Amino acid sequence: MEVPILKQGAFLIATFQAALSDADLNQLRMGLVQQVVKFRSRAVIVDVTAMDVMDSFASRTLREIAHMIRLRGAETVIVGIQPEVAFAMVQLGLTLEGVATALDLEEGLAYLNEKFKITNRG
Amino acid sequence: MSAGEIRVEINSDQDIVIARQKGRVMANELGFSSGDATLIATAISELARNIVSYARSGEIKLKGINGSNGVGIMVVASDAGPGIIDIRQALRDGFSTSGSLGLGLPGVRRLMDEFEITSQPGKGTMVAVKKWRQ
Repeated sequence: MEVPILKQGAFLIATFQAALSDADLNQLRMGLVQQVVKFRSRAVIVDVTAMDVMDSFASRTLREIAHMIRLRGAETVIVGIQPEVAFAMVQLGLTLEGVATALDLEEGLAYLNEKFKITNRG
Repeated sequence: MSAGEIRVEINSDQDIVIARQKGRVMANELGFSSGDATLIATAISELARNIVSYARSGEIKLKGINGSNGVGIMVVASDAGPGIIDIRQALRDGFSTSGSLGLGLPGVRRLMDEFEITSQPGKGTMVAVKKWRQ
């Protein structure tokens, strides 16, 4: 399954689908880091609004993506974790420590714009 | 209300997605809240992942059940894999032999209402979990 990655100025926006398999997630991890290099992006927003299940593998992959992107000198913001998904993650003992999160895409963009103090004109 | 019984063969990571989707559909049909359906789907995902990681193949059985607690769903994950030598250790947070986070079983236990595991080294593992509708 293809995950659309949108370039928005200095940022990349990746929109995750509901039915991502482990293989999809692994592919995405590499794809995102390569795009960050290619476009010299300063930040990546990963939008997980559509994900109805965040299990141990998915949250570990998100953490790994964020850490790899940080090693490139860029930042990752995870946006759109649904309340029910957040509840299940807490029950499972899963955390996204050290990874920025925001309510939704709009909040994520606002956070990054404030942080980088740039006008993101695409 | 019987949603019957569904079996999902687990042979690859793609089957993990199929199993949890079917589990969510059944939970919805049984009248679970969408929050509980998410917990059930997440538990199924972890159980199916254990099958792929440790036994390579197995099956997930989903069944609507009736009990003194009312309507519920039962999920049985079984495989003929290597089995678990020390179940108590496997149920402890942070323990893993497959390089994963090791949160699978204790996490699943917290997501569901009832949890039962039987395993024989060399023969396989069966995990049966239930959740009752609120």
